[in-house]
Amino acid sequence: MTKRVVITGMGIYSCIGENVNKVKESLYNGTSGIVVDEERIAFGYRSPLTGMVPKPNLKKALSRRQRISMGEESEYAYMATIEALENAKISQDFIDNNEVGILYGNDSTAKSVTESNDKIREKKDTTLVGSGAIFKGMNSSVTMNLSTIFKLTGINFTVSAACASGSHSIGMAYQLIKSGLQDCIICGGAQEINKLAMGSFDGLGVFSTNTSNPQEASRPFDVDRDGLVPSGGAATLILESYDSAVKRGAPILGEIIGYGFSSNGEHISTPNVNGPSRAMKMALEQANIPANIIDYVNAHATSTPVGDANEAKAIFEVFGEKGPFVSSTKSMTGHECWMAGASEVIYSLIMMKSGFIAPSINLNQPDEDAAKLNLVSKTLDKKFDVFLSNSFGFGGTNSALIIKNI
Amino acid sequence: MDKEVIIEKINNFLVEEFEVEKDDIAPEADLKETLELDSLDFVDLVVAIESNFGVKLVGEDFVNVKTLQDFYNLIENKLS
Repeated sequence: MTKRVVITGMGIYSCIGENVNKVKESLYNGTSGIVVDEERIAFGYRSPLTGMVPKPNLKKALSRRQRISMGEESEYAYMATIEALENAKISQDFIDNNEVGILYGNDSTAKSVTESNDKIREKKDTTLVGSGAIFKGMNSSVTMNLSTIFKLTGINFTVSAACASGSHSIGMAYQLIKSGLQDCIICGGAQEINKLAMGSFDGLGVFSTNTSNPQEASRPFDVDRDGLVPSGGAATLILESYDSAVKRGAPILGEIIGYGFSSNGEHISTPNVNGPSRAMKMALEQANIPANIIDYVNAHATSTPVGDANEAKAIFEVFGEKGPFVSSTKSMTGHECWMAGASEVIYSLIMMKSGFIAPSINLNQPDEDAAKLNLVSKTLDKKFDVFLSNSFGFGGTNSALIIKNI
Repeated sequence: MDKEVIIEKINNFLVEEFEVEKDDIAPEADLKETLELDSLDFVDLVVAIESNFGVKLVGEDFVNVKTLQDFYNLIENKLS
């Protein structure tokens, strides 16, 4: 017999707010977190636009040994996880007495790796890179750090699936709890923000160069978009079996009822229509609900012409005329990449719990495909109960999650 | 380099970088136990010594180092 899977906590460290309350305010007000990073201009970037978060000060919270193994992405993930655990009313005592796992999305540690190798080159000596470098540089850095800090004893690995990493981590955790193998899993996504992490992505020429109006640069579905804006931070969700949540009187924020996935099997970077469409249909089948039950779709839409258009076609194919409300929170946050699949579930949960739909800001005129959707371009005060969140990544990996109010 | 300068430099980075409690710093303090330094910390001690004194230690250098005084002596010998 399968178990019901619920979300009992969420924590967020993003460019539109460093906690759930601040993020809620930004979502409602349609506030952008995009800025110009001057360093990137001198470094050779085509576009200096990015989301930005402050560096967390962890000196009081963590020991030196813990801190020196953490790169940016782990620091952000720690901040989000502290909030999520508090939110879920999970104490260290509970963790010490129960098998809590971690599955977290991350797909780079560019800054840590680059700085380590620069040091080795300079000193011509590997020891002089210090003991933290190896733990900062591995792709599983976030899960190895958080599992050690919080003394987790359950499942423990990193999910790397490009810009769908965070979403797949939730999907994997959902499957493990649903099948009864785990009762409680910390999951989410983290994304480093620095010039060493995004240079090669910028090199593809897909970033917006609207530097005269940074906050208007990310404009998913709009005819005047000229590319995406990179961003980052971290988002953590606590997934738990319904029985475990009820047993400990935990707050239940929503129930995960569907996880669909697919691979495009085509181009390494150009998305298609069929892959995302199959992922959404699979999520609906898993949830065992008709498409018209979905009230809101948080689109992956990153503000690139081909990506947005193909997702619009896929959403229209799945939901048809009079489909659900659709918006892309990336219009405010930029593209949070490895973190996005988790953060966008949190953004949608915040909306569902607060009774509004956040807008796709900067959406003045939708393109031909987007015009067929029920797009939200101004904050909508609207109670809703079921949403679907899309996340797609390089290599054609797709993930769709369906979450309902409870 | 004066012995006092060596001791002061070492004590400084132990407190500042390694976050060792000032009160725990004593010549007879056991480097591993009293100062709570683990095997990974010894790698970072090599880094700290290199950046503070310009000499590179290797694993064998630590074989007879048990107390902080032994450590002071090791560095003094390396610099002499």
